[in-house]
Amino acid sequence: MSLVKIEKVEKYFGTNHVLKGVDLEIDAGEVVSIIGRSGSGKSTLLRCVNALETYEAGTIVVDGMEVNPQKTDLRKLRQKVGMVFQSFNLFPHLSAARNIMLAPMIVKGTPEKDAAALAMKVLEKVGLAEKAKSYPDQLSGGQQQRVAIARSLAMSPAVLLCDEITSALDPELVGEVLKVLEQLAADGMTLILVTHEMRFAREVGDRIVFMHQGKVWEQGPAKEVFYAPKTPELRQFLGAVTQEETHHTRRVPESESRALSGVEISHE
Amino acid sequence: MTDFTLWDILRNLLLAARWTVALSLIAFVGGGVVGLLVLFMRTSRFRALRVATTLYIELFQGTPLLMQLFLAFFGLGLAGIEVSPWTAASVALTLFASAYLAEIWRGCVEAIPRGQWEASGSLALNYIEQMRYVILPQAVRIAIPPTVGFSIQVVKGTALASIIGFVEVTKAGTMLNNATFQPFLVFSLSALIYFSLCYPLSLYSRRLERSLHVAR
Repeated sequence: MSLVKIEKVEKYFGTNHVLKGVDLEIDAGEVVSIIGRSGSGKSTLLRCVNALETYEAGTIVVDGMEVNPQKTDLRKLRQKVGMVFQSFNLFPHLSAARNIMLAPMIVKGTPEKDAAALAMKVLEKVGLAEKAKSYPDQLSGGQQQRVAIARSLAMSPAVLLCDEITSALDPELVGEVLKVLEQLAADGMTLILVTHEMRFAREVGDRIVFMHQGKVWEQGPAKEVFYAPKTPELRQFLGAVTQEETHHTRRVPESESRALSGVEISHE
Repeated sequence: MTDFTLWDILRNLLLAARWTVALSLIAFVGGGVVGLLVLFMRTSRFRALRVATTLYIELFQGTPLLMQLFLAFFGLGLAGIEVSPWTAASVALTLFASAYLAEIWRGCVEAIPRGQWEASGSLALNYIEQMRYVILPQAVRIAIPPTVGFSIQVVKGTALASIIGFVEVTKAGTMLNNATFQPFLVFSLSALIYFSLCYPLSLYSRRLERSLHVAR
């Protein structure tokens, strides 16, 4: 049985039809990357899974629990579903360790001592044990995001949702966060990622889901999706993204690259 | 008929100042407690609660404090409920302060980024826990200077309680004037007492504002 089952989900923001009948099933232990243009509904879909957004039609079931912000026992649901955000959202008035200890102590009634031990355990997992006493504003973006991941892990969720978690990071800090995700994937954690990191999606993801115009347009194993895209929309999207990526790694300013290509053309 | 010395006047005013201070404290503490309740309802996800508290706030912000005192004193009296000036003044000022404090604090709560709500919600905290452990500790930092600032309004607001016969500085001043016929002296001294109560608060509020800015 699949861990997360999304069926015919429809979502409107006012008159804007954002999700137009999304079907998606995710098994336990799977790493699924959702890719697509901005506005394709991928973040909204993710936010529907832990009831941060409501949806108008269809059903989402997580680990046997129907997600319906009106009726669902949110406290139970959200212990099954962890979420990491683009903007980290650490609690600025609490140290890294306290950020992590808060929910286990309040929600699960974990004694302070055990919660502190748990915090150290998850901080070690993300390689930040020595930063336990630091406050968020004393940490780099990459470190903050790793603490945010650790904070979610402390609640031992069945599935972890990651909403563009590297998008707000400086390029040199992206690697450390992706490494943590890779480790989680290797440990068998179920991950659903909305991401722009194509290389990561290709190498670590079990499955790629391409969303377009509020629908799952195409999906499949990473290799198939990347090397043999079936739909023209995906081909176009991948074309745009890979161009951007090579552009990015070469780190040539736009004016210069245009000049360079001009040179190439004149050579031909 | 006895003559009033300057000291007699001042002594009587200072004695009455105790009740100004007491009433201010009651209004401020009571207003704080009720205001916190109103704040929780004002920011809750239930529409009915939000509408009810908006009305409550508009009512107390949109009518003169004097009318509120009259209603609390004479209105309840007409309804058959016997109230002393003490009770009426305490109730009216408490409700008045609660409406303003709730609105001041709502601004502070709303200044906390939405991501803090989403992150704490995603960690399975409920609304009260989110407020208690995540939102309010951050909101309090921004709320302290305007809250202390508002306490000055409360101190000055107690002067109106003189109208319903509550003997605090202003009422004592009126009575002393009736006996001495020295309005300038009596009311200057009354004003001085208010000033010496409010000015330290004002200084404190400004200092807090500066120190909180530095911390950011």
